[in-house]
Amino acid sequence: MARYLSVVERAYHGTLEEQDDTILWVNHMFKNAGADVSLLLRSNAVNYAVKGQDASGLTFGKAALDVPPTIDHDVEELIKAGASIYAVEEDLADRGIDKSELIAGVKVVGRREVAKLFDQHDQIWHW
Amino acid sequence: MAHYLLIESRDPYEYGDPAQFADLALDLAEAGNQVTFFLIQNGVLVTRKGAKAATLEKLRNKVTVLADEFSLRERGIKPDRLASGVRTSHVDQLVDMLMADGCKAVWH
Amino acid sequence: MASGKTLTISLMDPPYESETTTTVLRIIDAALRRGHNVNVFAYEGAVALPLKTQAAHPNPVKGTTAEEQHHPTTSGFISALFEAARAGGAKLDWVNCGLCVDERGATDWIEGVRRGGPADFVKMAQESTNTLVIGTR
Repeated sequence: MARYLSVVERAYHGTLEEQDDTILWVNHMFKNAGADVSLLLRSNAVNYAVKGQDASGLTFGKAALDVPPTIDHDVEELIKAGASIYAVEEDLADRGIDKSELIAGVKVVGRREVAKLFDQHDQIWHW
Repeated sequence: MAHYLLIESRDPYEYGDPAQFADLALDLAEAGNQVTFFLIQNGVLVTRKGAKAATLEKLRNKVTVLADEFSLRERGIKPDRLASGVRTSHVDQLVDMLMADGCKAVWH
Repeated sequence: MASGKTLTISLMDPPYESETTTTVLRIIDAALRRGHNVNVFAYEGAVALPLKTQAAHPNPVKGTTAEEQHHPTTSGFISALFEAARAGGAKLDWVNCGLCVDERGATDWIEGVRRGGPADFVKMAQESTNTLVIGTR
C-alpha cells in the first residue's frame, strides 16, 4: 500500500469558522478511508502540536461560536487513529516552543531529516 | 532513487519559507535523488539578473532549475535578463515530468 | 490520442484570489492536450470555481462594456476544459468536496462537476499515475 506524507505548513487559517484545521481534518478523513498517511508539521503549523490551545468564548452580537476548534485534541485523535505526526525541531525552536509543551506522541525531526522522511514515503502532499 | 519535481510558486521576498524549500531540494539531491526545481508564478521573481536571490545561488549547478516561460513573460523578465543557471520551461514540460515514472511532485 | 495515464490534482483556492488557480487550469489544459485523463478534487474555496452563476462584468476604469471586456469566469474556462477532454478522448473528472459545498452554499455548478468527498480523493490518488496537491496560503 502506498505511503503518503502530508506536509502541513500554514496554521490558524479559517480554523475558527471551520471549527478545525481543514488539512488536519481532511487527512483524518483520508485515514478513515484507508490511506496510510503520516503528517509533517512545519513552519507555523508546528504550533498545532502544542498542548492547551483554547479558542473558546467568541461571540458576535448574540451569536456565539459555541463549538470552537480543539486542534490539540484533533492532533491527539490523529495519533490515536494510527497516524505518525512529525514536527520540525528548528521550527519549534524558532517559535520558542519547548518539547515539554508538545502533545504526547508527536515525533520531533530535525530539518535535515525531512529529506529522509520524504524518501520513506511514496507521495508527498504539501498542503 | 526518485525524481523529485519541486514546484516553487512563492518568492522569498514575501515569504520566509522558500529558503527552506530550496534547502530541502539540496538535501534530497545529496541523498542521491534527481531533483528538478521548477519556478512558477512569483517563484520566478528570483530569476532576474541582479535580484537578491540567495535561494537561486544555493541551487545553481546542484539541481536542475527551470522557470515557467509564461510566469517570466507575465513579469517582464526577458530572456537576456535571466540569471545564469536557469532554463526556461513551460507547463507542457511540467506535465511531461509529472507523468513520467518515478516522479514525486511537491508543490510549494 | 489517449495516453492511458491519469493525473490527480487537489486544489483549494477560490476564484479570483490566487494565480495558483490559473496555473492549475493551465496544467489541466496541458495534460488533456497530451491525452492524459485528469481528476480534480476541489476542496474548500475551490468548490466555487465551477459555479454557473458567475457573471462577466464591465470595467468602469477602462470604460468597457461586459461584452468588450470579456471578463473570464473560472466556470467558463472549466466548461471549455470539459469540452476539450471530450474532443480529445480523455476524461476530466471534477469532484467538489460536498461539505465544503454545503458550508459555502456553492451548489449551482456547471455540467460535468460532481459532488464527492475525501474518500474520492484517496481513490483517485491510488488509481492515478501521479498526484499533485496544491494547498492555499
